[in-house]
Amino acid sequence: MSENILEVNDLVKHYPVTQGVVFKKTVGQVKAVDGVSFGLRAGETLGVVGESGCGKSTLARVLMNLEKPTAGNVVYKGQDISKLSGGALRRLRRQIQLVMQDPYTSLNPRMTVGDLLGEPFEIHPEVAPKGSRRAKVRELLDLVGLNPEHINRYPHQFSGGQRQRIGIARALALRPEIIVCDEPVSALDVSIQAQVMNLLEQLQSEFGLSYVFIAHDLSVVRHLSDRVAVMYLGKIVEIGTEDEIYERPTHPYTQALLSAVPVPDPTQRNNKTIIRLTGDVPSPISPPSGCRFRTRCWKAQDVCAEQVPLLEIRRDSDHPSACHFAEKREIVATHEV
Amino acid sequence: MSDILVSEQSAPGPGGSGRPSGRLLEVDDLRVEFRTRDGVAKVINGVTYHVDAGETLAVLGESGSGKSVTAQTIMGILDTPPGFVTGGQVRFHGKDMLRMSDEERRRIRGEGIAMIFQDALSALNPVFTVGFQIAEQFRVRRGMGRAEAKKRAIDMLDQVKIPNAKGRFNNYPHQFSGGMRQRAMIAMSLALDPEVLIADEPTTALDVTVQAQIMDLLAELQRERQMGMILITHDLGVVADVADRIAVMYAGRIVEEADVYELYAKPAHPYTLGLIDSIPRLDEKGQQLRTIKGLPPNLMNIPPGCPFNPRCPMAQPVCREKVPPLLQVGPARASACHFAEELVNRV
Repeated sequence: MSENILEVNDLVKHYPVTQGVVFKKTVGQVKAVDGVSFGLRAGETLGVVGESGCGKSTLARVLMNLEKPTAGNVVYKGQDISKLSGGALRRLRRQIQLVMQDPYTSLNPRMTVGDLLGEPFEIHPEVAPKGSRRAKVRELLDLVGLNPEHINRYPHQFSGGQRQRIGIARALALRPEIIVCDEPVSALDVSIQAQVMNLLEQLQSEFGLSYVFIAHDLSVVRHLSDRVAVMYLGKIVEIGTEDEIYERPTHPYTQALLSAVPVPDPTQRNNKTIIRLTGDVPSPISPPSGCRFRTRCWKAQDVCAEQVPLLEIRRDSDHPSACHFAEKREIVATHEV
Repeated sequence: MSDILVSEQSAPGPGGSGRPSGRLLEVDDLRVEFRTRDGVAKVINGVTYHVDAGETLAVLGESGSGKSVTAQTIMGILDTPPGFVTGGQVRFHGKDMLRMSDEERRRIRGEGIAMIFQDALSALNPVFTVGFQIAEQFRVRRGMGRAEAKKRAIDMLDQVKIPNAKGRFNNYPHQFSGGMRQRAMIAMSLALDPEVLIADEPTTALDVTVQAQIMDLLAELQRERQMGMILITHDLGVVADVADRIAVMYAGRIVEEADVYELYAKPAHPYTLGLIDSIPRLDEKGQQLRTIKGLPPNLMNIPPGCPFNPRCPMAQPVCREKVPPLLQVGPARASACHFAEELVNRV
């Protein structure tokens, strides 16, 4: 594989929790992202999975430079993007684009599709001179499988799946190198979800895009990703290739997560490994000491409360895993099709 | 409108005898339309299904297929207007609920049929404590005193495995996590020991690990109480884990009904086949996702013939002309496709 085009180093994003109206004081920190590092290689899809509140969407916002990190940095081709501003930041934005989850709220209802897709070119006029913009927009619509004749329609005249295609077309307009997809298919029906996933794959091979694909659906992530990072309470607990994570998971959280996914095959009902976690995810304001997963972990020992397990390759793990007791365990009986 | 007529039988509540079919809950050729300013949307176009004690019927469908509206009609909580029942029956113990008085229906709600909803936060009343909302049923419906009702409510919270139920009694819904709220709602719906539980997308808003907890809990409670359960969902994974029978809905019709094993092994309707082929699977590598082309139909303008014909890879001229009826294609399975036989008999 080629080298990293995006590197994330020890990224931290804390949000202050304040009390009082006039004399505001900070009483705590929501540790949304708390020390995340990974690299994104050119042309690959990195899946980020985790349950709600694990910080995956905050990660997307920081990657897009919509939020400044509390600490750490995001480096795009040797440039620390969190330090950029003005024209340099604007030039960078051409290269990293975002597809959002909700196709109903992420499109301005008062703008036609032509305006929505033409707007990126107004901000970056160097990409397409004024005269050629309508043609460009038609081209984009055609690319994502929409009828170019619909250029004057408004978002409400489209279905959810079609709106998500508009969102993808908008992200694609400036021909970026990286697209961050934040739950792009979770609001869609099953039959439409598959259409959008196939479109994302097709566009990737056509334009050599790199995706950071954030989702909570482990099946969707497996289908699209080359590598996968599993997040829990603001930290990556395990990262590896798709095979490593799905066939040889070593972190107890990954194992529990995989075992909880219902497989659409009733004959598998009774021969599944089922790990049932008890309780809920702790609050990110005061995460447990040591390993954050220890309060729900069946392997927890004293050392888990005392020492934060580092994300590293361990004795029984061929890929980085943040567990003192990392150990391979087959959860999903994978077969090739 | 038939639903306003008062039933001639005055025997109240569940157990009343209508025609002796022995079925616990039956929906028979139900038709519902929504009359809006823009036109009439035919949301349910002849839905027939039944559920017996101790069994789980999964109603599977995408948004707009009419699966939730059917449930709302069974419960008698359909918004009227715009929704109107234009035909069919909903029989509970053989008695048509659509012809009952409001009072009779009220008695069935909770004790006969109860329902849990997708979004527990909006289903619970934010200004009363969770405990109060559960205890209220015991006081109103069972005539219990304050202390006894509280004891029973705590017992219910215990049964749905809410830790420290006693301490949690006085919490408000916003103080509960998503999974706990869903548990509280289950406690509330089961408080009066219903014979049928309708679960409308009970885990869609939850994370997978919590979803697994809730589905386990529901299965356990159902076994203990021998309830009939109607599980409404769009998730083919959840269905495969818990259902006994499945009814697949499309454009307000049942397009296929079958035993869970048969349905996944050999779908008898092209729509079901398309759905199964279009979901990514956790246990498959290098899988090609086959998609169903196009979009679900506009309910104000359902295409003539089979409503699935514009998206169907098998469509023939007959599909554009005749609506295929839901016909038996094997022991205990039915399909509404002109070519069902061919689908079932293919190798």
